[in-house]
Amino acid sequence: MRRVLTCLLSNDPGVLNRFTGTLTRRQVNINSISISPVGDNSASRVTAIVYLDNETTAKQLVAQLNKQIDVLEIHDITDQPHVERELALIRVNAAANKRAELFAMVQPFRADVVDVALDSLMLQITGSRDKVNALLRVVQPYGVTQVVRTGVAGFTRAEG
Amino acid sequence: MQAPEEQAMPERNGAELLLDTLTAQNVEMIFGYPGGAVLPLYDAVYRQQFRHILVRHEQGAAHAAEGYAKATGKPGVVFVTSGPGATNAITGIADAMMDSAPIVVFTGQVGTGAIGSDAFQEADVLSMTASITKNNYQVHDVRDLPRIINEAFYVATTGRKGPVLIDLPKDIVNATTNAPLPAAVNLPQYRPTPEIDKRQVAALMAALSQAHKPLLLVGNGVHAAAAQTEVQRFAQRYQVPVVSTLLGLGVMPNASPLFLGMGGMHGVYTANIALSECDLLINVGSRFDDRLATAPQKFAPYATIAHIDIDAAELGKIIPATYPIEGDAKAVLQLMLRSSATKPEVSAWQQQLQQWQAAHPLSYEKGTAEIKPQQVVELVGELTHGDAYVVTDVGQHQMWAAQYYPFKHQHQLITSGGLGTMGFGIPAAIGTKLAAPDKQVVLFIGDGGIQMTSEELEVIAANDLDIKIVLLNNHMLGMVRQWQDLFYDRRRSATVFDHQPNFTKLAEAYGITAHHLTDPQTVAADLAAAFATTHAALIEVAIPELEPVMPMIAPGKPNNEMMERD
Repeated sequence: MRRVLTCLLSNDPGVLNRFTGTLTRRQVNINSISISPVGDNSASRVTAIVYLDNETTAKQLVAQLNKQIDVLEIHDITDQPHVERELALIRVNAAANKRAELFAMVQPFRADVVDVALDSLMLQITGSRDKVNALLRVVQPYGVTQVVRTGVAGFTRAEG
Repeated sequence: MQAPEEQAMPERNGAELLLDTLTAQNVEMIFGYPGGAVLPLYDAVYRQQFRHILVRHEQGAAHAAEGYAKATGKPGVVFVTSGPGATNAITGIADAMMDSAPIVVFTGQVGTGAIGSDAFQEADVLSMTASITKNNYQVHDVRDLPRIINEAFYVATTGRKGPVLIDLPKDIVNATTNAPLPAAVNLPQYRPTPEIDKRQVAALMAALSQAHKPLLLVGNGVHAAAAQTEVQRFAQRYQVPVVSTLLGLGVMPNASPLFLGMGGMHGVYTANIALSECDLLINVGSRFDDRLATAPQKFAPYATIAHIDIDAAELGKIIPATYPIEGDAKAVLQLMLRSSATKPEVSAWQQQLQQWQAAHPLSYEKGTAEIKPQQVVELVGELTHGDAYVVTDVGQHQMWAAQYYPFKHQHQLITSGGLGTMGFGIPAAIGTKLAAPDKQVVLFIGDGGIQMTSEELEVIAANDLDIKIVLLNNHMLGMVRQWQDLFYDRRRSATVFDHQPNFTKLAEAYGITAHHLTDPQTVAADLAAAFATTHAALIEVAIPELEPVMPMIAPGKPNNEMMERD
């Protein structure tokens, strides 16, 4: 089952190593991870997507991560109302005669064109993982030459 | 409010600052081995005349610190150099992690500027030890050193205890500072003493009143919390029989009528049957290790489980608990003792247990032609009045010591439980004896394990440590051989020593008195004679090659499917 973990780590060398090591040791593969310092830069916010067998394993993993001294905070937000967003940059082949078509196609996704070359475009899209996947499907026939995705970032919605 | 101005300290280098901080932490000795990267550190040790025990291999330093920590509950401190010094210590650090032993390990490191350049004796110790330490640090500013050291001691000795490592780049220990020693540790996210769920405790006590076959299981957490008195009082008040894990031995005196013995793979018959038959199992400070809960899905099938552990991650890890209680064993037991719950009706249960005990006592075939290892342990138990610190290595002798020594004190058994580290014995005995110089220390060891860290015999000799080393020699790696005989059709692959060193000569080479016992008729007197000194002695005992450790639960079988001796 897919679990969304959100976590605050001390922003120190080696801390991410201990964090991912705790997952590796339990044979948990990280599907996506996004991390960046927040606030006064003393801590980093992590969103990690992992696939686990069941809820017991999920609880166990959170408890193990929570034991790490440099894990300041950790929550499994999968079952709470939450927002997940991802950013992707996609380089797609775009010969002159195909451009108008492409522009029209990506418009409903509210993707931006952030770089234009003679025979290609770079698209930037933010949104849910599904939305990014959908755009990728749509532009695939034109020839996607490069993709980078930030991985999911997310946290819970405010209550009420 | 403004903090009072802190008094600047005299200018000191990192090494001196480190030793001053250790002194402030009441560290009385260091186990270590010098090297290039720790030259400044050892220079400070020399100038301050800090008590330092020079081991002969860094693995020995880590195990000695563990012995010291396991015997006293106080943190053991290790100094090793960078690269190979640090990697040699790793086995001991992993061992301490598995058995929650508080040790603080200082590793040298190449200078800050050289880190990452594959410098001489450089190793990425932080990465290598991430999974076998409770926390690890690399110091980047000499002014951080006291704060980091204080944090390390705090983390190592609180909550679920364990090893903490501090990696010291050489330039950091050379740098000078007049920074003051910091105030209290500030780690708001680290909550080593969780709030105990009182409702859960009340629910457990209500369940106890209703139980007919209650059972207490005690593990290493009871030693860590120094809760022996509370366990005994609780067991006594509610007449709950007690089973222990290997590391829980000593919590209940063996002589107590409420104590059923060690459970698990080589546990006592009644202890294992009680685990299978009980209707309420209260686990205090054991982690349901696979040597105890040999078949988790069939473990304690009729029991409601209560699990008390300081480490929330242990609750539900192996066996789901109806009453999971996160907390320090002593604090939880005190709450349980404050309860006014009525006593359960357990007379039928006790009768049943007594019948099993009478029908299936721990026993071995007493030979007249050979010296039986079990008898040696019993004789040593008598000679030492069950009062000695018992240190073991790993293997058959370890199980015989666990089964046949009459334990009665907490912290009394110093053994490698979780990691099962051969080579643990000699250095751990050194740490134990140095921690408790007035107490008798007996080391049981096999002919395999003694060859793994025999270089530490020199430390025993050099420091004139009165350790009685009982070497049970069967010319085999007996435990592995036992498994090969049982499960691999007696194909004794690489487990039989066709050639062995002369162990008595080896001991004598170090200046340690040695005895070789071969006569079953005189073994009691021979042992007594060998023990009648205040110096170390190696007592090699020739034991039958094929003596098995029994009873035994085959791996994956439940606790009630024991093999007993023929």
